[in-house]
Amino acid sequence: MFNRSKLFSALAMAGVALFGAQAVQAQVIKIDGSSTVYPITEAVAEEFQKAKKNVIKVTVGISGTGGGFKKFCRDETDFSNASRPITKAEMEACRAAGVEYIEMPVAFDALTVVINPKNSFLKQATVEEMKTLWEPAAQGKIVKWNQVNPAWPDAPVKLFGAGADSGTFEYFTEAMVGKAKSSRGDYTASEDDNVLVQGVSRDVNAIGYFGYAYYAENTAKLKALAIVNPKTGKAVEPSAANVENGTYAPLSRPIFVYVKAKSLEKPEVLEFVDFYMKNAAKLTKEVKYVPLPANAYLGNLEHLKKKKLGTVFGGHNEIGITIEELMKREAKM
Amino acid sequence: MKPLTTEQIRRVIARGKFKDNLFKAIGVFCLALALVVIVALIADMVIKGSDRFTLDFFLNFASRRATQAGILSAWVGSLLVMLVTALAAVPLGVAAGLYLEEYAKRNWLTNVIEINITNLAAVPSIVYGLLALGIFVYQFGFGQSILSAGLTLALLILPIIIVSTREAIRAIPAMIREGSMAVGATRWQTCRYHILPYSMPGILTGVIIGLARAIGETAPIITIGALTFIAFLPPVPFTETGTGTAGLFDWVMSPFTVMPIQIFNWTSRPDPAFEVNAAAAGFVLMAMVLSMNAVAIYLRYKMRKNIKW
Repeated sequence: MFNRSKLFSALAMAGVALFGAQAVQAQVIKIDGSSTVYPITEAVAEEFQKAKKNVIKVTVGISGTGGGFKKFCRDETDFSNASRPITKAEMEACRAAGVEYIEMPVAFDALTVVINPKNSFLKQATVEEMKTLWEPAAQGKIVKWNQVNPAWPDAPVKLFGAGADSGTFEYFTEAMVGKAKSSRGDYTASEDDNVLVQGVSRDVNAIGYFGYAYYAENTAKLKALAIVNPKTGKAVEPSAANVENGTYAPLSRPIFVYVKAKSLEKPEVLEFVDFYMKNAAKLTKEVKYVPLPANAYLGNLEHLKKKKLGTVFGGHNEIGITIEELMKREAKM
Repeated sequence: MKPLTTEQIRRVIARGKFKDNLFKAIGVFCLALALVVIVALIADMVIKGSDRFTLDFFLNFASRRATQAGILSAWVGSLLVMLVTALAAVPLGVAAGLYLEEYAKRNWLTNVIEINITNLAAVPSIVYGLLALGIFVYQFGFGQSILSAGLTLALLILPIIIVSTREAIRAIPAMIREGSMAVGATRWQTCRYHILPYSMPGILTGVIIGLARAIGETAPIITIGALTFIAFLPPVPFTETGTGTAGLFDWVMSPFTVMPIQIFNWTSRPDPAFEVNAAAAGFVLMAMVLSMNAVAIYLRYKMRKNIKW
């Protein structure tokens, strides 16, 4: 077996020498990871290439937050898009490969619970009600609205939610049910959020959840459900303003890019990060996410200058962190 | 036995004719059903995507703005991947088919190989993607490149080409071989001057069917890491790239995207305006496949005319 792999490697070397691989790949900035962060990074990459007259090349892939970190920690990409902080296992993988990184929050997303616009009985919901509806114990048992809340009608519940591999699923279950990836299984799951949009818009008794951008582009077909903030007891609708002032909790979440420290030795990568942070506020708004305050982006560049490596989350996902709290934590780093 | 009267004979004929017509009607209905579905699909894409059938759509890169987004990197990527696929799969597949049909001895080993090739044609494409991820991308170090994608799809369509090559060869009457050998031709000369030319129409059909399948494949390409946003083209040989002159084969190592991935990305975006792009791109992909089939039919027709047994 060992001999064969040696032979393969020799063949590969011959192939690479023949085709001159390095010459082409050296000038490309490689980005991969979450589909949630993708629209922002894509917008930045598009503008950056325009500004640089296409001399510096940027590629962006979508392989999910986890898939992105896998490539990132294997030293294959320069940036990793992530819709949640890096986990303990991923930190370990990066350390083993000698990959060091700088964590940069780039925006906030509001996970949005949506219902059909014709639904007249749902005005707001509490975290407990959502838990009753979505927890694993509800599977096959909670099938009518009045089982969740007696004030609601005796009508069937139609559930639509994110697929089990997405960061959205992980965050929603942790925020609502209390444990990541713990959810009932008898709902319509799709990695393609447009399938969920269609599903909820066609059924009066439907309820579903996904990122705010999908709601914002389809406000005619969907209604956002106000979620009661457990700290204040007030029902809050998802909106840019409510994410900024920290009242839309616990479904607001920060999203990140991770930059490989070694890549910063390349001048084009440094230039790209600079461009990203200076244009992120404007472009984030354009693709329907909530931008961070201007000094957050400056803080990211500050971290970059001082080479502050690592994460401020210590390998855990944190539920309901507000922009303000995140900023404080970043400043302390 | 009493001879039938004219009346009885007429009735038998009428019954036969009725059955004939019934079968004809069922046949036409089945055909119409298939045609209506495909015509409806194409019409739907053309109507939905009509706003995007401009030159810009073909010459623009992907963009976050639906009206400015185009398919340049996707169609160029698809064509280049197909080129690599064809260059790798056709010689291998035809040679393998020819060997199995004309050279190999009939024994248990060839039987095993035969069964395996037929089974390989039914292996889900994602499995080829996983195999290629391990071998081409990491072991050989080709990376997420056009070369990796082309070779992966070549593996995928190899069984199709081998099987169709063998069928085409088997359709040649034995007398052709015997006649060729009888005038003193070697086996290779028989293959070169008789078997291959006569089976070429059938082989070409298999090749095109294989390539048409490959161009629409998404799963293995995603597995080996095709990109979603890429706003540059592979380097054209012998041009300035910024870090030197591109070599003849530099493009095969370039990152890429292909049509099905671009379409998938557009359908999963929040902004419904991208559905128009997806429909238009879907039609372009369909047109690519149909024109490949047209080329196959034309070549087959032309080559058949030249065969005179």
